[in-house]
Amino acid sequence: MKALALALMCALTGGVLAGSAAVAKESDACIAAAGVGAPDFALPHVAEAIAKKKLDVAVLGSASSELNGPAGTSIAYPTRLEAALSALLPGVTVKISTYAKARDTAADMESKLGRIVSEAKPDLVVWQTGTADAIRGVDPDEFRISLDDGVDTLQAANSDVVFMNMQYSPRTEAMLAVGAYADAMRIVALQREAVLFDRFSIMKRWNESGVFDLYGATRTTDVAQRVHDCLGRLLAQVVVEGAKLTMPAKKATR
Amino acid sequence: MPKLVERDLRLDLFRGLALWLIFLDHIPSNIVSWITIRNYGFSDATEIFVFISGYTAAYVYGRAMREHGTVVASARVLKRAWQIYVAHIFLFAIYMAEIAYVSRSFENPLYGEEMGIFDFLQQPDITLVQALLLKFKPANMDVLPLYIVLLAGFPPMLWLLLRKPGIALGTSVLLYMLTWYFGWNLPAYPNGFWVFNPFAWQLLFVFGAWCALGGAKQIEFLITSRITLGLALVYLVFAFVIALTWSVPGLDGVVPRFLEDWMYPIDKTNLDVLRFAHFVALAVVTIRLVPRTWSGLQSIWLRPAILCGQHSLEIFCLGVFLSFAAHFALVELSDSIGMQIATSLLGIILMVATAAMISWYKRIEGRSPGSRPGPPGATLAGGGA
Repeated sequence: MKALALALMCALTGGVLAGSAAVAKESDACIAAAGVGAPDFALPHVAEAIAKKKLDVAVLGSASSELNGPAGTSIAYPTRLEAALSALLPGVTVKISTYAKARDTAADMESKLGRIVSEAKPDLVVWQTGTADAIRGVDPDEFRISLDDGVDTLQAANSDVVFMNMQYSPRTEAMLAVGAYADAMRIVALQREAVLFDRFSIMKRWNESGVFDLYGATRTTDVAQRVHDCLGRLLAQVVVEGAKLTMPAKKATR
Repeated sequence: MPKLVERDLRLDLFRGLALWLIFLDHIPSNIVSWITIRNYGFSDATEIFVFISGYTAAYVYGRAMREHGTVVASARVLKRAWQIYVAHIFLFAIYMAEIAYVSRSFENPLYGEEMGIFDFLQQPDITLVQALLLKFKPANMDVLPLYIVLLAGFPPMLWLLLRKPGIALGTSVLLYMLTWYFGWNLPAYPNGFWVFNPFAWQLLFVFGAWCALGGAKQIEFLITSRITLGLALVYLVFAFVIALTWSVPGLDGVVPRFLEDWMYPIDKTNLDVLRFAHFVALAVVTIRLVPRTWSGLQSIWLRPAILCGQHSLEIFCLGVFLSFAAHFALVELSDSIGMQIATSLLGIILMVATAAMISWYKRIEGRSPGSRPGPPGATLAGGGA
């Protein structure tokens, strides 16, 4: 156990140092402006997987977890997350499987979870949801229960979960009321001690600080590509930080 | 029959303020909305609006029922519900115009998913019918349908309130409890239920009506007691602290786990009892701070809010439209903080100017206070239910 913890610590420290160096080199305004701190809760299964040098992540989501076009998959955030995690965790084999389907609600995704955990056996599930439910006007209470049931399934399958909420979309903000769904995700995350990746607030800060122009009408995937790249790297940071949070607890129990 | 109490200006004042707050809250990402009460406690301007609407409805139609009979008064209530329905459909048309414009002019691969909200434009046959049935309600257009249903169901409740106010209030509480127990709500399109559940929110409306018809007098000793005031203040501080943990980063861990489990979610759809209590606490403190005879109510500074409160339906609709327009301006022109403050102020100025113009119209049409028989208090009730 001691050796395992030590190996873990080395891997993490090394990974974080390498990661921060890379970030500093690129001097990315988007990372700084995102205002993402340490996650509220630990990711123990991710920490174990890192120690075993093999991290399997499943991304479960709707249309905003992919991008259309020929280069779609390679520039969407799940792929960027894989690249960023590999860079932060040298020596660890990182594999991401993406289960994204347009218009899927939280309930649709929850019904797939059982199959996904038995098929991919992920150490971590990134669960992006909320927008499709808001568009369809699903009862926020039912939405919350789907999330809660999903956490049950994931805990039983020894998988950590990171919730990702909706995108900040200034053009459609007055037409799509996402507040109740964002609240539901925050509450479930808090009650079940799951990490919430607050994509909405991050993108809002980007918009306010002018890092990305989220108003502009465009047909190219230029902005979308940079937004997804930054989201992927931020998410990788949160995952690694969450794994690090596990260590003091492990020490204390020994 | 219980005696009708005189209408007081505080109702118009606080309804006017509530209308301003609803307008500000409906402009997304507006820095000015930080001043609105939803950020500092559980309840928001909707509670104020619904309570005062119930209060004034009972005040206006209660008198009509006593003077002209149940049938005439009921007909007037239903006429009012119809007016609000027409106003709602008018707003819906404006909303459709805006959304159709945005769907044609905006394209960005990043927001492929969000563009899904325009899907309903593909099937106008279904969408329009569902809108007319009040089942399809776009964002921020949920309050008027609630108001329509509350008024449509009001005549029998008013009849009972005038005869057995205690039983009427008890019925309302029972309906509220049964609604929570059985999960009753009206269906919405394409999915789910009404954002403001009429079976739950009727409690606040009927409570307002009950207060107007003498209930407030009955519980005056409670409202004015120091113990109640103390409890109300403690509760408001508690709600304030909880609300701070939502907006101030890093305060997430402050709320103990058992409290979170017990408290969340604070259900707006079904008028969570925490929200109801928060509104009552606010009311108790407000009544203490602003007595009915307070001279400030006559001051020119509060006149704009009172004017808006006196023409609440028109100003409410205008507010919803202006919040669309303000968002549009922020997206198309600039969303700088200066622009956010400017659009917010301009919106309120337009609301006040419109309210003043409506008053003027009513005067020149001979519907002014002086031309109608009745006690002086009645003047303020004109069309304000």
